[in-house]
Parts: sequence; C-alpha cells; structure tokens
Amino acid sequence: MATERTLPGAAMFRTRIALRRLQGTLFVVLAIAVVAASLASLAFLAADVLGRGVGWLDWQFLNSFDSRFAERAGIKAAIYGSVYMMTFTLLLALPLGVMTAVYLEEYAQDGWFRQPVQINMSNLAGVPSIIYGLLGLTVFVRWMGMGRSVLAGACTMALLVLPIIVVATQEALRAVPSGIRDASYALGATRSQTIWHHVLPQAFAGILTGNILAASRAIGETAPLITIGALTFVPFVPEHPLDRFTALPIQIFNWTSKPQTAFHDLAAAGIVVLLAVLLTMNSVAIILRNRAGRAAGGGRR
Amino acid sequence: MVQQVSEATSKRQGPSLPDLIPSATPRVGMPAPTDEAIEDAAIEVRGLSLWYTRKQALADVSLRIPRHQVTALIGPSGCGKSTLLRCFNRMNDLIPGVRIQGEIDVDGVNVYAPGVDPVEVRRAVGMVFQKPNPFPKSIYENVAYGARINGYRGDMDELVEQSLRQAALWDEVKDDLKKSGLALSGGQQQRLCIARAIAVNPDVVLMDEPCSALDPIATAHIEDLMRELAQRYTIVIVTHNMQQAARVSDRCAYMLAGDDLIGRLVEYGSTEQIFRNPRDPRTEAYITGRFG
Amino acid sequence: MQASLYTERKLSRRNRARDARERLIAGVLLLAASVGVLTTAGIIASLAGETLRFFQQVSIIDFLTDTQWTPLFSDQHFGIGPLVTATLLTSAIALFIAVPFGLIAAIYLSEFAPARARAVIKPALEVLAGVPTVVYGFFALIVVTPFLQRFIPGLSTFNALSAGIVMGLMIIPLVSSLSEDAMSAVPASLREGAYGLGSTRFEVATRVVFPAALSGIIASIILALSRAVGETMIVAIAAGQRPVLTFDPTVPIETMTAYIVQVSLGDTPYGSLSYLTIFAVGTSLFVMTLVMNVISHWVVRHFREQYD
Ligand SMILES: Nc1ncnc2c1ncn2[C@@H]1O[C@H](COP(=O)(O)OP(=O)(O)OP(=O)(O)O)[C@@H](O)[C@H]1O
Ligand SMILES: [Mg+2]
Repeated sequence: MATERTLPGAAMFRTRIALRRLQGTLFVVLAIAVVAASLASLAFLAADVLGRGVGWLDWQFLNSFDSRFAERAGIKAAIYGSVYMMTFTLLLALPLGVMTAVYLEEYAQDGWFRQPVQINMSNLAGVPSIIYGLLGLTVFVRWMGMGRSVLAGACTMALLVLPIIVVATQEALRAVPSGIRDASYALGATRSQTIWHHVLPQAFAGILTGNILAASRAIGETAPLITIGALTFVPFVPEHPLDRFTALPIQIFNWTSKPQTAFHDLAAAGIVVLLAVLLTMNSVAIILRNRAGRAAGGGRR
Repeated sequence: MVQQVSEATSKRQGPSLPDLIPSATPRVGMPAPTDEAIEDAAIEVRGLSLWYTRKQALADVSLRIPRHQVTALIGPSGCGKSTLLRCFNRMNDLIPGVRIQGEIDVDGVNVYAPGVDPVEVRRAVGMVFQKPNPFPKSIYENVAYGARINGYRGDMDELVEQSLRQAALWDEVKDDLKKSGLALSGGQQQRLCIARAIAVNPDVVLMDEPCSALDPIATAHIEDLMRELAQRYTIVIVTHNMQQAARVSDRCAYMLAGDDLIGRLVEYGSTEQIFRNPRDPRTEAYITGRFG
Repeated sequence: MQASLYTERKLSRRNRARDARERLIAGVLLLAASVGVLTTAGIIASLAGETLRFFQQVSIIDFLTDTQWTPLFSDQHFGIGPLVTATLLTSAIALFIAVPFGLIAAIYLSEFAPARARAVIKPALEVLAGVPTVVYGFFALIVVTPFLQRFIPGLSTFNALSAGIVMGLMIIPLVSSLSEDAMSAVPASLREGAYGLGSTRFEVATRVVFPAALSGIIASIILALSRAVGETMIVAIAAGQRPVLTFDPTVPIETMTAYIVQVSLGDTPYGSLSYLTIFAVGTSLFVMTLVMNVISHWVVRHFREQYD
C-alpha cells in the first residue's frame, strides 16, 4: 500500500488548499452579511415608518384634507387623486401597451418597423422619470391645454409605464406555445381571431402581472407629477378629469419637506398607507398569477 | 495488491442481474489474467459503485489502468463511461446527490479517502472535455491559469511554452500568445485545452470524447498527440469511435448497462486482444458493430 | 356549375370583407405601436424647443464653463457645472455602495447560493428597487442623516452623503440582478474546465465566471449609474438646494434633478428665462442618461463572448 499520501506532481506547486478554501468560506460569510445588511436596511426602514406613523393612522387621517395643523391633516385628497390618476393611467396605458406588444410579437415579426420600435421601447425604459414630467408639462399641460389636471398627470404617467406593460406583455405572448396558434389557423381562424380568442387569454396572467407592476410604478412616482405641477395643497376631491389634484407621494413629499417633526410623522403615516397599497397590489398579482398558472396548467376551469 | 483486488471483487458480487445473453458468464470487473500484465498502475479502481441521487449508474467496477499508456473506455451510449471517467478526478462531486462506494487510487493515494481534497485531485488528474472549452482569455492566460491558481513556483513563460509545445500548438500560436483562446479553430482550441491541462503537471489526463466535435484532420492531429503524450502521462479516453480506440489505445475497457441501466465493466484487456479475440460475446457484438 | 360559381363569388366577397377587417386591425395596432415612437419624438421636441429658446438668451459657452448656477437670483449665472458635479457626486456615492454590494450578492447568488436560498434572496433584494423613491427620500433625510450626524458632527441636515447612500441601497438590485443574469449565462462548460484544473469554487467564480461575464456586469453598472443620475426624489428631499461647485459630501448641494423640482415647485412664470432653465437642465440630463444607456447596450453587444 502507498506510504506517501501526496498526489503526484505536486512538488512544483505551493497549492495551499486550506488557504484557498478559506477564501471561499470568507466570501460566503461576506456575501451573506452583505445581503443581510441590504435586507435589514429595508426592514429597518419599514419598522421606522411604522413606528413613527402608526399612531397617526386613523379614520380622521384617511378622511381629512391637508391642513396647516398636523392634528387635522389627512390624505383624503391624495387618495382620491392617486386612485383617479392610476385609473386613467391604466385606461390609457393598458390598451396601448397590449396593442403595441401584440403588434410587435404577432404582426411585425419580420417587418422593418419592429427593430426601431423595440429599441425605442428599451431606451424609453431608461429615460429618467422627471424627463417624462417635462414632456407632460410641455405637451399635455401646455400644448393640449389640459392644465395641471388629473388627466395631464395620467397621460404623462401612461407614457412612463408604457414600456413596462409592453415588455411584460411581449414576454407573456412569447410564452404562449405556437401550437395553439397553428391549431387555430388550421381551423380557418384569421390572425386577429386567433389572437383574440386563443393567444391573449393564454397570456392573461403575464399581462395582468405587467399591468400591476405598471400600476405600482404609477402610484409611487413623484417627480413627473411635481414637474407638471400637481398641487401640494389640495383641500378638495377632484370631480372632473380636468380638475387639479394631488397624489399620495406628493403629499408625503410635502410633509417630509416641512421642518416640524409632527409632519414627518404624518409623512410616515402616509408612507405606511402607500407601502400597504403596494404590498397588497403585488400580493394580489402573485396570487392571481399562481391561480391563472394553475388553470392554464390543465386544472378545472 | 493484485490479490487484494480479486478479493475485493469476489466479495462484492453484485446483486444478480437478468442476463441477456445466456452464453455470457456475468462478470463484474475483469479478473486476473489481463490485470497481471499491468505492473505499474497509475489508477486502480476497486469495487466502484455510483448513484445519482437514487439511480445507480455504476456497479462494482474494478480495473487497473497502466502508467504511461492510453486506455480507452468504450461502450454504448449511457453505459457510464463518462461517469466512470469523472470519478477519476472527482468531477462527479460537483453534481448534487452523487454517492460513491469503493476506492480509486491514483498513484497509490486513495482519492476518495477522507482528508483528500478534490481540488488537489483535479490538479493531479487533468481533464479534456468533449467540446473545446477555452476560457475567454488570451492563449497565454489559458495555459497559465491552472499553474497560477495552484501556486506555480517556476518561470511561467517557460511553462507556457513547454506546455504549448507538448500540445503541438506552439508553432501555430507562438507569435500570437495574446490572442483570445476563442479565436482559434476548433482543433486548435482542443489542443489549447490539452496544453492547459498538462500545464499543471498532472499524472493522468482524462479525455471524454475529445474529438467528437472536430473534423477528421483535427482529429488525426489530436490522435497523434495522444500517442506523444502517453510517453509522459497516463491517458484515459472515452470514445464512440472504434477505429479511434483501435488506433490510439493500448488497452480497452468495454462497458455495458444492462436492463437495469446500471453500467458494468464487461471486458478489459489489451486493445489487440479486445479487437481480435474478445472473450465476451457482448464485446464482440459491439466491436463488430452488431450492437450499440 | 352555376351554383358553384355563385358560392365562389359569395365566398370571395366574404373573404374580401374579412381581409379588409384584418387589415384595419393591423393598421390600428400599428398606430398603437407608434405611440412609443411618438413619445420619443415628443420628449425630443419638447426638450429641444424650450432649450433652443434658452440658448437664444444664454450662451452655450457660459452654460458649459461658468462655475456658478444662480438663475433665480438677480445676479444671474447659468453655469451648469455645479449641478453636474452634484449629480456626479451623489451618483458616485451611490455606486460606491451599490457596486460592491450588488456584485458580491450577484457572485454569491450565481455561484454559491443553494437553489432554495437563491429563490428567496433574489426577489427579496428586488423589493429594494420597488420601494417608491419618495419613501427613500424620507428615509435619507429623517432617519439616515440624523444617524450619520452622530458619527460625523459637521454633517449638514441636507447633504450628498445620506442621499447617495440611500440611493445606493435602491440600485443594489439593479447591479445584482443584471450581473447575476450575465454570470448565469456563462456556459457550464467553462466552469467544468476550471474545476478540472483544480480550481476552488471561489476561483471558478472570480477568475473564470466573473471575467467571462464582464461585459454584462459593466453594462449593469452603467445602467445603475444612469438610474442614479436620473434619480430625483431622494436628492430633492435629502441633498439640498444649494448649487455649489464642491465634492464635499457633507454639505448641501443641488443636483440637476433637484433643481428641476425646485423650479417646478415655485411659481416660475411660463416662458420666463428661469422656466426655460429646467428644459436646458433636462436636456443635459436626457443626453447624459441616453449616452449611458446606449453605451451599456453597446458594451453588451460588442464585448459579449461568442462561444460557438
Ligand atoms: N447528472 C446526472 N444525473 C442523473 N443521471 C445521470 C447524470 N449524468 C448521467 N446520468 C445517467 O447515468 C448513466 C450513465 O451516463 P454517462 O453520461 O456516464 O454515459 P456515457 O456512457 O458517457 O454515455 P455517452 O456515450 O452518451 O456519453 C445514464 O443513464 C445517464 O442518464
Ligand atoms: Mg459520455
């Protein structure tokens, strides 16, 4: 039996296995620390706003307009503004986004138009949101004469979230097996019938997820609304698309910018509401997606 | 040592298996006669079995691979050739759920013994893969990579040149060592991978179908190279090409997976004997192309 | 004979109607798809128009070389330098956090983490990018700055440091997710080759996979930088509104985006010179981020290794 325990050919190396193994171990420790630190800051942020804001969260807060006095201030106008704006945004962006994606995936597969539209979409996704604000200010507020209204905000926001919806819808359409299209064509269906009856229903979950993502983005965005001049002090509920408005993140920004700590706590309360809404929306998206996924997977309808 | 092997094999007669060909005696490993010819084994496998999670892929393989010769593992697809080859340098350790029983000595060191680091084993037992896989680095850095990480003490330029010369690539690339390894032709890439493997001064070089992605001329090049390299290294090659096995190998191991899909060693002997005078009818069937 | 001719004609009439409808639908879809292009055109038109009007009143040389930015004062200066340096300062601090954190997380997720840990950690990190920026602004101003002031006594209430750090936190997932994608796309055969030469997992990750994925990693960093440059609310809330040419991270500064917010919040009359400044600044910002995005795409396309 072998008496020597070293492997052949080792003499010309200083292999130092233990040291090299240690590098890996240290790296894993470091990486876990890095990940933990990032997630801990997030948890800390959540805990902090909850701690500051939870005392202010009551019906009065939800059902009052803004006020110079912290005790009387609330987010009624902001909630209405955000809900209206998000609704209009989706009404505009959803059909536009889905149609764009359908065109790119199902119609323009090899047309000259596809490439520039696709590149343009990915570049639009990288444009800073405040630039959309400047666009909205010039085009919607001034040129189209919408003023600093809910509608102007929604139009701006719709363009901002358009790339999100388009990309998500494209992915969902690509995931639909082509066998379904072939089967439909084989039955004599036209392209639009095939898409409407077979492809879109199959892609529903993905489209929905994309739209919820887009809605979350629209609800949280602040900068473009400031640029188009959404008011920070709105003691009324907008009743018309051309009414002026405020939105939840604007209200939070406004309170954060005030020197008094009472308003900071109000801002924290507003953040709690905003984060709760976002959390709910994303949970709903996950649940719906799972359910749709199961149905598409052959489960009972 | 020889005695120990036969002892081990006789003890580990595997579970009875349905025997497809009645005339063949079920053998596990190849007993004494051919093994005795090997005086100096670079690799010695004793009673090796392997499982992928639940599924067994190798059963009770025992064989001794002679130093400074070319040994070919042949057999139909899925019989466990690659699996066996990857046991020699513990590559299988990287696949989650792999379990191994038995022993493999490389130069007398049991590479599966506790306390042996697979990283060290892979330095001593090099590997060349089916598809050339040079790193996206310069030719020089490809060859120097292994030596660097293993803490090479000598002159790196010299080592790179010497390795490229041994791999019969030096003359083609000596003026262009900074060029990306990916910019070479397929056959050159494979020789670069060979140079890379021998730069860490291995004892054994494993090659898993090293020519299957290459054209006939590049293949001939690599085959010549294998013969050359056998003077300094022990070479184990997996091949599906019978002519190649006959051309380059000194010894052949024929493996086969039965109905249970578990790979076993059917016959092992000199290439001459395996091709001219196979003892097992299943080997003969495979060699003559009637099967596999 | 007659009957069949009749049905054929009827069929062809029906087909023609159907074709017309299909063509109409395709046309409507094409129209919808053009909105994205129109958006780009709108951005460029709206920025360019007002910016040109701005440069009719202010020399482009002054804009680029003057070291003061005081359009809202009586002694007007229009040197964008202070806004640009402030933007670069906060972005640099953000990258200083996000690049090491993001890359370590990416290497860990791609090469070390067990599948189950990865399935939890990756989406959890991505939550960081989903938090609205106004929330991060609040966090930077109300939580992080007071915390840092305990260690850095001279730290102003508004400063680049807190804003940059929090922004870095926000863009970690941008670096980590895209870099991880790039590393996961490195073929397994390269890893095998490296292991076969006696590499440890750490060496495979850092010396083979990481360099092989470098183009994707650099692209992710450029994208993160572009995000940081265009980020608005964090800096508008926490970094201040004082356009000074400095690289001191402890004093108030004003980034390009923060300036646009500042003017938008005030009652700047439409068409006035100070109104036009936000478009000049916006154009500069747009060009900067566009160049970065283009470079990032170009890096991916031109330096990606071709393995087959
Ligand atoms: N990673 C793995 N996980 C599970 N089973 C595997 C794995 N790799 C191989 N196997 C199984 O082990 C058996 C032997 O595979 P192996 O790759 O060793 O065969 P082979 O003889 O090299 O075949 P080929 O000539 O096609 O390369 C096969 O049944 C295969 O399906
Ligand atoms: Mg194989």
